[in-house]
Amino acid sequence: MQGMIEIKNLCKRFGPIVAVDDVSFAVHRGEVLGFLGPNGAGKSTTMKMITGFLTPDSGTVIIEGDDLALAPVAVKKRIGYLPEGAPLYADMTPAGFLNFIAEIRGFRGEAKRRRLDETIAKVNLEQVLDQPIGTLSKGFKRRVGLAQAIFHDPEVLILDEPTDGLDPNQKHEVRTLIRNMAKEKVIVLSTHILEEVEAVCSRAIIIAYGRLVCDGTPAELEARSRVHNAVTLALRGGAVNGTRDELRALSGVKSVELLTQNDDLARFRVYPKDGQSLVTTISQAVRERSWNVEELSIERGRLDEVFRSVTTGEPRTS
Amino acid sequence: MANIWVVFKRELTSYFMTPIAYVFIVIFLFLSGIFTFYLGNFFGRGQADLEPFFSFHPWLYLFLIPALAMRLWAEERRGGTIELLLTLPIAMPQAVLGKYLAAWAFTGIALALTFPIWLTANYLGEPDNGVVVAGYVGSFLMAGAFLAIGSCVSCLTRNQVIAFVVTAVVCLIFVLSGYPLVLDFFSSWAPRFLVETISSFSFLSHFNAITKGVIDLRDLIYFASLIAFWLFANAILIEMKKAD
Ligand SMILES: Nc1ncnc2c1ncn2[C@@H]1O[C@H](COP(=O)(O)OP(=O)(O)O)[C@@H](O)[C@H]1O
Ligand SMILES: [Mg+2]
Repeated sequence: MQGMIEIKNLCKRFGPIVAVDDVSFAVHRGEVLGFLGPNGAGKSTTMKMITGFLTPDSGTVIIEGDDLALAPVAVKKRIGYLPEGAPLYADMTPAGFLNFIAEIRGFRGEAKRRRLDETIAKVNLEQVLDQPIGTLSKGFKRRVGLAQAIFHDPEVLILDEPTDGLDPNQKHEVRTLIRNMAKEKVIVLSTHILEEVEAVCSRAIIIAYGRLVCDGTPAELEARSRVHNAVTLALRGGAVNGTRDELRALSGVKSVELLTQNDDLARFRVYPKDGQSLVTTISQAVRERSWNVEELSIERGRLDEVFRSVTTGEPRTS
Repeated sequence: MANIWVVFKRELTSYFMTPIAYVFIVIFLFLSGIFTFYLGNFFGRGQADLEPFFSFHPWLYLFLIPALAMRLWAEERRGGTIELLLTLPIAMPQAVLGKYLAAWAFTGIALALTFPIWLTANYLGEPDNGVVVAGYVGSFLMAGAFLAIGSCVSCLTRNQVIAFVVTAVVCLIFVLSGYPLVLDFFSSWAPRFLVETISSFSFLSHFNAITKGVIDLRDLIYFASLIAFWLFANAILIEMKKAD
């Protein structure tokens, strides 16, 4: 199969710790897969196996139809990888380092010079090209790491916490870079920052204690939230208890929560049965009863809540 | 091949990016000079040869080479760059060889810079330059064997001090097993074949044989197989230990 990676039943243990436990998934070209999970969930270990650094205890990694275990060097040619923390040779300059990467990736002469210029421009490294990498700021180091990963325009891009430790502007830059490349590549990025998933990912999988617990688009994951499609309603005037009972009596309403109450303003959250939409029902009720509405909003659901509920539990050892 | 060359170039240039290279070369030249001219009594012997110069090389290498080799893999592990290097499209033997050959070439450069000592000998008398060349070949081969041991040991730890000490000890064993004092100790009670086996494993026996001016195939095979063995072990051990 072209344009995809397939991970089948990957397992890896370190002594008694089961770091990755039977993880399978596939990613297609054009997808940006967010690999989510709390620290220690097994994200990095999985990525190290996909990129051929670690050998899995069992399971297979198939990149563009080729088995990594059978043709490691050929498969590694098609992957760009940013390891966690973007390790780099501190003594080298970005220019020297990228030249090394260019040659290892098989570029020579004019093609090499052109590709170097392109990549350096893409990640804005011009100002620091001849400064030892060890003396660069974190943002620049990360750009050198990214430049290294995207240098050969790989079909598959694996990024382990690409924005970790960067300031908001730098995060934004890196995300823009990723989004711009998304169309023609398979991209997998790990993160424990949920806003990142919403910002760049077209799909997310959540792992906890080495196991895959959730797989879907960010919207699908949000839909699993308790607050998905709940309606927040702020009303001025009227008896709080009476209003609450009236809301609860509406069809499709599961429960009503009083969020805040001060002076004559009461804010309610109305939870639907089975995540159905309540907008029509509620706006109709508002009109019929001529409530004085200050706020009416619908919750999309909260990723952080879903994340918490699927990733808390007992670690497994055996 | 191309990959070995690319790794080799990166590694060798990185020696010269840090003070390590210069410190190493200066110390090597300084100590070579001291040993040869003072301890070796170069002028007093009334003989124009480089024997005193070469005879100290095993001892000089004993602490200088582990210092050079300790960073080979320990540094990659400490800095996490091993993950970068081994996920590039190169095979493990290429990575091991490229790095090793760079370190070996570096000792070659240091060795070549001792040429003023050779010039001095030629100025003062008429040394047998064939023997001198053989001495350089032997010394370079022995440095290669020390380095192969050091490269292998340094992949087992991310702590360079440990890599240094362990390499020095292993190398010391390889040197001492040919030292007359040690051999005498064994020959007083051990059977002859055992003494010869111990001695045949020694750097010293083979190095001394070469520096006499006779480059015997057996001595070359000895060093070549020693280097091959340690580098092979090196590649296997990295594969096994790279995760921790
Ligand atoms: N080299 C190693 N040796 C022993 N345990 C490890 C090693 N690498 C990772 N682990 C353990 O495996 C688990 C998963 O780690 P990791 O994949 O780094 O998680 P994440 O990247 O999701 O934070 C953790 O419990 C971690 O302590
Ligand atoms: Mg991690």
